[in-house]
Amino acid sequence: MKMNPKRVTLFAGHYGSGKTNIAVNYALKMAEAGLPVTIADLDIVNPYFRTKDSAEDLARAGVALISSAYANTNVDLPALPAELYALTQNRDRYAVLDVGGDDRGALALGRYTPAILEEGNYEMIFVANFYRPLTPTAEDAIEVMREIETAGGIPFTAIVHNSNLGEETTAQDILAKEAEAGRLSALTGLPILFTAAPVSLAPSLSESFPLVLQKKIT
Amino acid sequence: MANKVLMKGNEAIAEAAILAGCRHYFGYPITPQTEIAAYMAKRMPKIGGVFLQAESEVSAINMVYGVAGAGFRVMTSSSSPGISLKAEGISYIAGSDLPALIVNVQRGGPGLGGIQPSQSDYFQATRGGGHGDYHLLVYAPASVQEMADLTVLGFEKADEYRMPAMILADGTMGQMMEPVELPSGESKTFEKPWALSGTKCERPHNVVNSLYLKPEKLEEVNFARYERYRKIEETETMYESYLMEDAEYCVVAFGIAARVAKNAVIAARAKGIRVGMIRPITLWPFPKAPLAEAAKTVKAFLSVELSMGQMIEDVELATRSQKPVLLCNRAGGMIPTPEEVLGAIENMTKGV
Repeated sequence: MKMNPKRVTLFAGHYGSGKTNIAVNYALKMAEAGLPVTIADLDIVNPYFRTKDSAEDLARAGVALISSAYANTNVDLPALPAELYALTQNRDRYAVLDVGGDDRGALALGRYTPAILEEGNYEMIFVANFYRPLTPTAEDAIEVMREIETAGGIPFTAIVHNSNLGEETTAQDILAKEAEAGRLSALTGLPILFTAAPVSLAPSLSESFPLVLQKKIT
Repeated sequence: MANKVLMKGNEAIAEAAILAGCRHYFGYPITPQTEIAAYMAKRMPKIGGVFLQAESEVSAINMVYGVAGAGFRVMTSSSSPGISLKAEGISYIAGSDLPALIVNVQRGGPGLGGIQPSQSDYFQATRGGGHGDYHLLVYAPASVQEMADLTVLGFEKADEYRMPAMILADGTMGQMMEPVELPSGESKTFEKPWALSGTKCERPHNVVNSLYLKPEKLEEVNFARYERYRKIEETETMYESYLMEDAEYCVVAFGIAARVAKNAVIAARAKGIRVGMIRPITLWPFPKAPLAEAAKTVKAFLSVELSMGQMIEDVELATRSQKPVLLCNRAGGMIPTPEEVLGAIENMTKGV
C-alpha cells in the first residue's frame, strides 16, 4: 500500500471494530516510510486495550506516543493529557488519532475539532467490522457513523474495511464481507482506503493492509 | 462460520439474555461489566424491552426482585463491589423462591480493589453471598461462547428450580473478544403459576414474600428448599474433564484460570508429565464426584485461582483431603502465566 497520508489521520468506529490495532499498525507503517509521526490515544471510555499496550513497539519504531497516564491502570478515569494539543499545534509531524469507540468515545475529539478543521489536512476514517453484533450491515454502520460525526464534529472522509472474527479469521471471512463494505462505500460516497487483514492472511488476499495483532490474549 | 459474530464476553451475555427472552434489565454501571448495560441500553428499546439504569445497585436488585415476582425473565449485572451491594436483595429473591439472573464480572478486591480481573468472589458466589441458608446456581464460563450459552442455560435453570442463578465471570472474560455462534431456537420456558400476574378474580392471590412469622414454617420452607438443592446437586453439575484418563496429577481451575492452566497442562504433557484438568463449569453445584473419583488415582491436585485460594477448600472437601491439594494463585487483578502454572505443576511432581 502506498503511504500518502494527510497530516492528521483519525480512526473512529464502533467499539471493538479494531480501531486501536489499525491505528498502531498505520503509525508504524508511516514511521517505516520515514515519516515523523505521533500517535495519540483519545479513548476516554474503555480503560483496557489501549494504544499504550504497544508502547514498546512504537518506541522501537520511533513513533511518539501520547496517552493518558491512567491508561491500563486501576485508575478508571476519563482523562486526556495536555500534550494532546501538540497534535494540532505542531504541524511538522504527522498525527494518528485513535478515537474512542462509538459516539461517547468520539465526544473527546470535539476539543480538537476546530483546529483540525481549520488546518483542513485530515483523513477521518471509519473502521468497519461487519462481524460485530451491532453493525452487521452497511445501514447499521451508517447509524454509528452519523452518531460519531455528531459527537466529534468531523465528517468521515474514508472507510477502512476491517471485518474479522479475531484470531479465527480466514481469508474467506474477510472476502465474504467485501460486498457489504462496497455497499457502505456506495451509500456514503466514501472511498475504501484499504481492507485490513492479519499478516498471516495477507498473501492470500490480492490487496490488503497487513495487520500485526497488538496483543495476544491467553 | 456464516453465523458467527465477533463479540466481547459482556456483549455475548447481553445478547444471549435477549435471545433467552429477557426483556427486563436493571443495572448500574461499573467497570469491567459496563458493556452489558451499554448493550442493553441500545437493544432493549428496539425490541420492546426495558433498560433501566437505577440510582444504585440496591435499587436495581430490588427492581429485579419485583419483575421476577411478576414472572418475567429478568437480569442485572455488576462487578464485585456492586454485587456486595446487591447481596441483601439476592437473599430476598432466594428467600422468595424467585428466578433471576445475576451477572458478576469480577474485579480485584476486597473493597473497591481495582478494575483488573479476579476470581476472589468465589466464596461469595458459592455460599450465597447474602444472609441466610441459600444457594445460587453458579456458572463459570471460560470462553465468550460459554458466556452466551451459560446465560441462556442460567435463565432456564433459574426458572426450572425457582431460584436465582449467577454467571460468575471475570474482567478478562467480560472484555475479551472471540467469535461466537449465538444460541438459536426457542429457549425452554416454564409455567409460573406462582407469579403475581393478576388473579382476574379467577384464582386466589399469590404471595411473594421472604418473611415468615412462624419459625416452624420457616424451618419447613428451608428444609424443602434444601431438598431441591440436593436434587440439583445430583442432576445439574457441569464440568469439563481434560486428559484425565491416565492422569497422575490433576489441575483444578475454572474460567480464565482454566484457559491459562490448559496451556500449562499441554506444556507439561509435552515434558512427559501425566497431568490432566478438571474444570468446574458449575461452581455450585460443585463437581464433587469427578474430583472424589480422581482422588482415588492421582497423586496430588493443584488448584489454580485468581484469588488467595478459595475454590481450593471445595477441592479439599470434595476429595476429603485424601491427596495433597496445592495452590497456584495470583491475586489483586494479576493473572498467572502458563509458565507459572507449568512451574507449579513441575513442583507438584517433585513432591513440593
